[in-house]
Amino acid sequence: MKNKLISYSIILIFLTIFAVFYKSLKDTNIYIPETKINNDIPIFSAELLLSKENLTSTEIFEMDKFYLLNIWASWCAPCRDEHPILMSLSKNNQLKIIGMNYKDNKKNAKSFLDELGNPYEKIIVDKNGTNSIEWGAFGVPETFIIYNNKIIKKYIGPINREFLIEIQKIIK
Amino acid sequence: MRIFTKSIIIFLLLTINNLNANENSERNEITKNLRCLICQGQSVYDSDSDFANSMKILVDKKLDDGLSKKEIYIYFKEKYGDWILYDPGINKNTYLLWLLPILIFLFGGAIIVKSFILKK
Repeated sequence: MKNKLISYSIILIFLTIFAVFYKSLKDTNIYIPETKINNDIPIFSAELLLSKENLTSTEIFEMDKFYLLNIWASWCAPCRDEHPILMSLSKNNQLKIIGMNYKDNKKNAKSFLDELGNPYEKIIVDKNGTNSIEWGAFGVPETFIIYNNKIIKKYIGPINREFLIEIQKIIK
Repeated sequence: MRIFTKSIIIFLLLTINNLNANENSERNEITKNLRCLICQGQSVYDSDSDFANSMKILVDKKLDDGLSKKEIYIYFKEKYGDWILYDPGINKNTYLLWLLPILIFLFGGAIIVKSFILKK
């Protein structure tokens, strides 16, 4: 009786270990931060790319309006891919698009916009990358939807057609 | 008198040096416990990626602003979740991790006591 119990429990333990490992085998081991967030936007002041002005976060983000903050750089290839979608979103009057130029050279950033068009209402400069960390980003491109000074949605990586539809749903 | 001024200068130089070292060591201690999200498996202290370098600048800035080590950890945890810390505290996701070794230790101890000591 006792021996049976021991062999059953050994089999059970091995099965559990097998199940746990088998399940983890398919899990990705790259961690991606939560995208469903409801955090307040950080308070910051930053220089603008196209003028010498310095703006604070409260001057950029007003209440009761939808904003899209897009972190981009001229050296980032996926940013080039998502640019046409930003261009089509910029025609929407309900959404204001703010750019954050991440660790970029001003001259290159400007020629990027000259070549592909400028969907941004304002572009803030993040020279040393600290501002994007304040936002909770860890790379380019990343996109945030902001309403009433809260981040209501966050996209990591380039936005595509599906996101475009989702963004349009959120604005409505 | 000259010896006195010299010794004061030397003393000041030594203390300034010491202050700098302390500041850096606090920053190093914090960045060693922060995980780099780009090069996962490396700490921010070890990594030289763009993200890690920005994190180091930000940690310096937060220390200058007078935030304590704990407040900086909380700040990053709010932004990136528990995963950013190498040494997360006890919460509903990690309590098993913290308690299991103790439970196994007690269980093993009980078996040893039962089979070796009580048999005698």
